Amino acid sequence: MKPDHAFHEPVPGFQVTRREFLKLTGSSLLVFFTVGQLPFSPQDAEGKPLPTDFNAFLKIGLDGRVSCFTGKIEMGQGVITSLAQMLADELDVSLDSVDMVMGDTDLCPWDMGTFGSRTTRFFGPPLRAAAVEARAVLLELASERLHVPVRKLNVENGEVFEKTQPLNRVAYARLTQGKRIERHLSRPVKVKDPSEFKIMNRPELRRDAFEKVTGKAGYAGDIHLPGMLYASILRPPAHGARLLSADVSEAERIEEVRVVRDGDLIAVLHDHPDVAEAALPKIKAEFEQPKSDLSDKTIFDHLLKVAPAGSVLESGGNLQAGEREAKLRFDATYLNSYVAHAPIEPHTATVRVEGNRATVWPSSQTPFRAKEEAAQALGIPVENVRVISPFVGGGFGGKTRNLQVGEAARLARLTGRPVQVAWSRKEEFFYDSFRPAAVVKIRSGGTEHGAIRFWDYHVYFAGDGGAAQFYRIPNHRTVSYGRGWGGTPGSHPFATGAWRAPANNTNTFARESQIDIMAAQAKMDPLVFRLRNLADERMKRVLKAAAEKFGWKKSPVPSGRGRGIACGTNSGTYVATIAEVEVEKRSGAISVKRVVCAQDMGLSINPEGAAIQVEGCITMGMGYALTEEIHFHGGKVLDLNFDPYEIPRFSWLPRIETVILENPDVPPQGGGEPAIITMGAVLANAVFDACGARLFQLPMTPEGVKKALEAAEDIKLT
Amino acid sequence: MEEIQFTINGTSRKINVHGDRALLWVLRTDLGLTGTKYGCGEGLCGACTVLVDDTAVRSCQTAVREIRGKEVVTIEGLAVSGKLHPVQKAFMEHDALQCGYCTPGMILQATAFLRRNSEPSTADIIDAMEDNLCRCGAHNRIVHAIQTAAREMKGGN
Repeated sequence: MKPDHAFHEPVPGFQVTRREFLKLTGSSLLVFFTVGQLPFSPQDAEGKPLPTDFNAFLKIGLDGRVSCFTGKIEMGQGVITSLAQMLADELDVSLDSVDMVMGDTDLCPWDMGTFGSRTTRFFGPPLRAAAVEARAVLLELASERLHVPVRKLNVENGEVFEKTQPLNRVAYARLTQGKRIERHLSRPVKVKDPSEFKIMNRPELRRDAFEKVTGKAGYAGDIHLPGMLYASILRPPAHGARLLSADVSEAERIEEVRVVRDGDLIAVLHDHPDVAEAALPKIKAEFEQPKSDLSDKTIFDHLLKVAPAGSVLESGGNLQAGEREAKLRFDATYLNSYVAHAPIEPHTATVRVEGNRATVWPSSQTPFRAKEEAAQALGIPVENVRVISPFVGGGFGGKTRNLQVGEAARLARLTGRPVQVAWSRKEEFFYDSFRPAAVVKIRSGGTEHGAIRFWDYHVYFAGDGGAAQFYRIPNHRTVSYGRGWGGTPGSHPFATGAWRAPANNTNTFARESQIDIMAAQAKMDPLVFRLRNLADERMKRVLKAAAEKFGWKKSPVPSGRGRGIACGTNSGTYVATIAEVEVEKRSGAISVKRVVCAQDMGLSINPEGAAIQVEGCITMGMGYALTEEIHFHGGKVLDLNFDPYEIPRFSWLPRIETVILENPDVPPQGGGEPAIITMGAVLANAVFDACGARLFQLPMTPEGVKKALEAAEDIKLT
Repeated sequence: MEEIQFTINGTSRKINVHGDRALLWVLRTDLGLTGTKYGCGEGLCGACTVLVDDTAVRSCQTAVREIRGKEVVTIEGLAVSGKLHPVQKAFMEHDALQCGYCTPGMILQATAFLRRNSEPSTADIIDAMEDNLCRCGAHNRIVHAIQTAAREMKGGN
């Protein structure tokens, strides 16, 4: 992004000035032409149609710089670079000339939110279509200006020129004069073939790195508005606790501290956040404790008890027939704990209310939802709220929920001042919408020669993503009980939500562990076993690619070498991972030495960005596989900071090798989530290969490893 | 309230504050230096790391009176007359960041470390960076960036 970008306006905050706003939206029109439609289905599976006018996606400035408008936000996943690559390539402008305008609800087309590895898959195609139509229109305009037929023209770096007389040229900026382009095409234009790419499918460094290494990048908490107050909010000690009484008199006596009460919302506010925070404990509040006795120890039995009837996601063949054919059988139950998102930036929002209008700067993956939430909190029309998205300091699904926006909006209205609500780390853990605890029960069986004959899969509360198996199994059934996130009434003691690759982490852990167990029963190498039971060529290809990169040597498991393999699909992407671990038997500690991951994500827009996402997935995945687990009791969350709740650190890091397979004929698929799904199973399988201990529960704590080792004492290493 | 004099990013400042306030919030709200981030409030994550007399400290755990007469450098002051510090440059070249929220703390932690250890081994780097948390998973790239920066700093930059 360049300094003239909307994020980088001087104080106050990240607001676009009036002049900038007019410039960006092109409120004064010059050129008028016919109105056409973008050549793609406006229904893009995002829930609401995207605009059909390409001007909604891009704007060419007088200075030749191109603004790209997207409702998506940048939280580290790198679409600030890859979306710019798409626009620049299809429009034939230089990548450097593109400025991203992201998540500004007044300037950008409506968007459901930045999650589910959806940006490239679902926003990419309409963006590219918009750019390619704009390019075609600009060529027509140039043709009229230069008196040269379009077919004799070419474009490079935003300048149209005559192929045979390159000096006869005109820049896009001169054609548009900084105005909206009011001409459209009646015919669809094809986006570029991968063979024509100049900018896409090439590795690019992050475009926001300069701002981020110099401290210039603005996040929601960095906004400071004149007269703004920072709020600290009274919180219950446990989920389900009810406020009985609150005495705020002592807090009110502190100089310059404001105390605000609106129903259950009680907050202290001050010009300095630390002063507000220090005043909060002066409030004497009494809460009625919740009656729940549920804890991280009892949660799995509880979930099975309250599970509603299941729905069959897929089935085929005849399970009983399959069972009869299966000489080798295995029944297992897999458990998965609650896991926190734990972005380093906690939920934050700054809200300014002026009359019946409001501006919101949130750390949010869902700026358009935040807009509605702020409007609702303030009782004003949705169109009176503008959300401006700063950089987001990590989301992982957790910032799709914007409780802090409603809080800041209410407090801004109550105080008559701009208000910032920035959650403390404790609040971040307490109010996180955790990845749901879940149970998977599998019964499966196969022949002595390693052919899987039946597969009976039951998943409780993880959700459907990645549940349906993809092996060549004649008799199978997949049943899902309880919703993935949010659960069903009475299921979870606190909020649960989408956590990077929702459901799929749990389902892939269970499936790929079970597959490994079946390979061991058949005394077969786990890679060979998988290849034998797969028909899907793309899955076979990623497995072989990972094995080749790793230097996989065939052997039945457990071999004592500590090597595991797992595969799966997510967001249209195929992924196979191989890991090598060491297990210290005495302590039960697992250390991960090496991880190789191969991914077929179709056409990769930015292979560098894709590799970084894979590395991030592998690292974050080690957390849920090895240590991450929310402990709780009776509605009280016991892990409230990074000391009890351990996320991956530098010393954990294995050597990571990534293979992004070339597959340009398949449209771009998801990249932010796929690789993380394999981490539970690949490490569980590697641990088994290392020492014969089979872990059925994540995280695989040292205690869990030691217990599994005891259970496995009679297993001999081959 | 007390008067505290110190140097911030090369400029001498005098401020009137309660001396027990955390340096983090004085930097962010009183001085408008928002590059220093809040992450955990208990010195566990390193997002608030700044340099005090060339040593990396957790500004959320540092009372502002402790910096009296000292020299504080935040991420905003690391580049000198527009020239990025080798660590900043190396982070960019290695794509050693994603969301960027932990990045200022990482860079300052690494900078302080490299000033004391100009030829670090990989193990030294990991040890020095161990208590700075990154959720996006940029760790290996950060280690590589620090190795690159070490080479450049040794070359006299």
